[in-house]
This record gives sequence, C-alpha cells and structure tokens, in this order.
Amino acid sequence: MSTPLLQVDQLSKNFGGVAAVSQVSFSLEAGQIVGVIGPNGAGKTTLVNLMTGVLRPSGGTVRFNGEDVTAQRPFQASRRGLARTFQIVQPFPQMTVLENVIAGALFAGPAKSTSEAAQQAMECLEFVGLADLAQRSAMSLTLPSRKRLELAKSLAMQPKVLLLDEVNAGLNSAEIVDAIELIRKIAARGITIMLIEHLMKVVFSLCDRLLVLHHGELIAQGEPQSVASDPKVIEAYLGSKFAAKMTDQKTLPAEVIHV
Amino acid sequence: MNSLRYGLLWFIPLAILLALAPFISNNYIVQQATFVCMYAALALSWNFIGGYTGYPSFSTSAFVGFGAYAGALLQNAGMPMVLAWVFATIFTGIFAACLGFAILRMKGHYFAIGSISIVEIVRLIAASWSSLTGGGEGLNLPIFRGGPEHAGMVFLYSFLVLMLLAVITTVIVDRSRLGFGLRCIEQNEDAADMVGVNVNASKISAFVLSAIFCGTAGAISASWVSYISPPDAFSIVMTLKVPVMAMLGGAGTIFGPVLGALVFVGIEQSVLSRFLDYNQAILGLIIVFLIFFLPGGLLRISLFQKLKQRITKPSTPEVKS
Repeated sequence: MSTPLLQVDQLSKNFGGVAAVSQVSFSLEAGQIVGVIGPNGAGKTTLVNLMTGVLRPSGGTVRFNGEDVTAQRPFQASRRGLARTFQIVQPFPQMTVLENVIAGALFAGPAKSTSEAAQQAMECLEFVGLADLAQRSAMSLTLPSRKRLELAKSLAMQPKVLLLDEVNAGLNSAEIVDAIELIRKIAARGITIMLIEHLMKVVFSLCDRLLVLHHGELIAQGEPQSVASDPKVIEAYLGSKFAAKMTDQKTLPAEVIHV
Repeated sequence: MNSLRYGLLWFIPLAILLALAPFISNNYIVQQATFVCMYAALALSWNFIGGYTGYPSFSTSAFVGFGAYAGALLQNAGMPMVLAWVFATIFTGIFAACLGFAILRMKGHYFAIGSISIVEIVRLIAASWSSLTGGGEGLNLPIFRGGPEHAGMVFLYSFLVLMLLAVITTVIVDRSRLGFGLRCIEQNEDAADMVGVNVNASKISAFVLSAIFCGTAGAISASWVSYISPPDAFSIVMTLKVPVMAMLGGAGTIFGPVLGALVFVGIEQSVLSRFLDYNQAILGLIIVFLIFFLPGGLLRISLFQKLKQRITKPSTPEVKS
C-alpha cells in the first residue's frame, strides 16, 4: 500500500464550546470497506460533513489522492470522486427517479451530454434495482427505494470513495439483507466505502476495519472483532459499570451491542 | 420537447399578430402590443431566477431603472440609441452579478425582502445623486424623430425582438446543463450542491440572466418616453407586477411568462383601468387568487394539460429513455 486514497489528519470541529469532532486521524486504503460506529452524538455525521466540504474544519486536514482538499466545497468533493449519501434522504422531489440520477451523472460524473448522462443513469438504476421506477417521481417512492435512489445518484457520479451515512436506518431486517448485498456489489466495483452504521449486523458482515467515535474522539480502530471487545468501546456504549461486568464474564460483546 | 412544440403552436401566431398590430389597428392597440412585448420580456427574465431557480426575486425594477438611467446617460453623452441599449444591458448585467454575489446568500422570505430593498436603495441613489442623474427632476432624453406613428412601430419592434431574444435564451437555458442545475437548486439546494452543481455560480448566472433583459427594456422605454425620473424608473408596482405575470402564466415553464403578460395586460386594460381608485387592491386580489387557486399558473391547469395531451399524442412517440 502506497499513499492512502483518503487521509484525515488531526481533524477537529468546534461548535461554540462543543468539540463535535476533535483530533481525529485515520486513513482509507483503496478497496476497503471501513465502518464508523459510535453512540448518537458521537460526531459521525459531522465527520462526513467535514470530509465533503459541507462544514469547514476548525483544524486539521483532509487529503484525497495526495491532494489537500480541506477547503473544498461539496460540489468540488463530488466532482473529485468523493461522493456521499445523506442520513435523511435528499432527493429532488418533483423530478423523476431517472432525472435525479441524471443530475449525478451530468454534474459530478463523466457524462458530456444529457443523453449520455441518461444512459449512465439508467445503468445505475438497473444496478440498484430501481429501473422499473425510473419514470416515477422521486417523491412517490417508499423509504427503502429512496435509499436506493440515493445510492444510484451517488454511483452515477462514478466516485472513488463513497461515504454512506446510515443508509440502512429505518429499514426492516429483510430490506437490510438486500442493502448489505447491494453495498457488497458496490464495493466489488472497486469503490472504497466508508460506512456510518448503527447496526452491528451490517458492520460485522461488511467491514474490513472499524473506527469508533465517542464524544468526537476516535477511541478505537482496527479489525471489527478486536474493536468490539475493546473495553473502551464497550464502556462508550454501555457505561463503565456494565462494561466491567461484561469483561469479567468474557461474553462476546458484539452480541450485547447488537441489541 | 413536446411542451416546446405545443407552446410554439400559440406563441408564433401571437408574435405574428403583435408584429402586425400597426397595420391592422390603431395607435392605442399598438401601444398595448408594445406593453405585452415589454412585460413578456420582463416576466421571461424573472423566470430564470424566480421560476427555474425558485428564488423569489423582486429586483426587476432595480434592473429596469438601472438600465433606463444607464441608457439615458449614454444617449445624452452622444451615443447612438441602439448602441446605448446594448451598453445599458451590459452594465445592468455587471451590476446584477455584483449584487447577486451579496444577496443570493439569503433564501426564501429573506431573499424576497433583500431583493425588494435593492429597488428602494437604487432609487434613493438615483434621486440623491443630482449631479449625475438630475435627482428628483429626472432626465430628458433626445426625442425620437420621425413622428409618433413611426416611433410607435420602432419601439414595438424593439420590444418584440427583445421578447424573442428572451424566449430563445429561455429555450437554450431550459435544455442546457445550467437549466438542469437551476431546477435541481429549486428542488433541493443542498442535494444540488452534493451532486456536483456549482450552486453559487449557477444562482449568480440565473440572477444575471434575470437582469439583462430588464436592463435593455429599461433603456428602450427610456428612449420611448424620452423622460425618466426615479419614481417611474424604479417602480415598486412594476417589481410586483412582473412576478405575478410569470406566476399567472406558469413559473418555470418556457412560455408561461408570455401568456401571463398577455393575460395581465388584458386584465389591466379591460378591468383595472376602469377602477383607478381600486386597481392596486384588485392587483392584490389577483395575487391572493393565484396563490390559492393557480399555484402552478395557467399553463399547468388541467384544461391546458388535456389540450396539450390531445395535440401532442398523435405526433412521434418520444422514447422514454
């Protein structure tokens, strides 16, 4: 492994006196699926916002492909190949599903013309399984379909790195199985994925590596199994008292966190 | 594509009819035809920012007035009339670009209020800067020679050409990357940013597009009436009327603003002019009616939709790619 595809160094963001993200450093190697976990309010979404230019960091740098992109705007991130999805889906409600995806292909993707973009968009819709709904308005889709639309839109940008912010939130377990399959297929296309996720089932079945955020700090990173048995991580999720009990009993904590 | 063809079905006859006005009717009608063309050009301009981009701009009069003063000063400095119109247009565009940089950071109601305040600010500047603008006394322009009938024709055709240019620009923008980006911004600005639309540059482009035809229209009408003063040039009523016309016809459509201008000028002449004391109140009622009953404009009501389907169905079926 030469230079990492994406390198985050000492990244911090303060909102007034609150440090939402503080001194976070990690890197993404090409081809990996990396999960980001942490309790609510740990700074996961803020981290994604900092990496894609939605928020300007208070300190630290983001390097993409060796280039310093800390000061980029969101549209520049997308054009560079750093795409993301939103935790709360953001479609263009009154456009058709196809038009939504065309936007991604046309503005951030390689498409030169609208017709070329339409062709690429259709391929993306087939890939995520929404081809049948291409002419429906985005507003009329169900939540699982909207999540897929969000994925199709970001795939149309032909990203190198895809940041998925809780794409599985609000889905039922059958839908989650499909979603896991889809994320695997995306990774198989050679796209590096950073996945923000609450569901341990998803994290353990997909991720090569995990980052754990707590109060804005990166408290652990590594292989999923070793991270899950890290006392600091258990403490962040369950509190210190319960964590001590867990480590005594030597139960596999992943199952506890799963609840 | 289909809506363009359908629109042309009535737009082309309308344009021909307006062009023939001097030969088939009297001076009064020629004057009304000129107003239709002028307001259509203004409403089409507003459509770029208010319709496509979804930013409720009330800056129309600021640009009309700016163009009027720019044109008047250039003409008084000895520049030929048409050249003065061209330069007035360019200056208005530059003015709008600088302005847009500042006020397009605001959204929704804030933007609406910010944009209407621009009209007042520019009016106050024009009224106070006496050494340049003549202040409250206004400015006289060289009177157009060749008699009223000839002048009527020249200005009708000037505004007609301006309207056609505005329509052509709308068609080009509607089918371009810029137009698509503007519609994305109108739907969801954050998402537009995230799919790679350069939001700021697009919004400023739309704002400049919404200004340039207003600038030309201002310069042409200054030459037409050969006298301008701050309250006429920077008219608050006009800044409200133009968005109403665009919305009446259908904001965000290609030909809606033209239809809106035609219907509005018709209402104004047949109804409002008979109730001089109440015409502002009636304008208010029309706005309320629009908001409640016609939020999509005339071109989007079902009767028109049905007609459109009937007309476009037999033509070549478009591949739904």
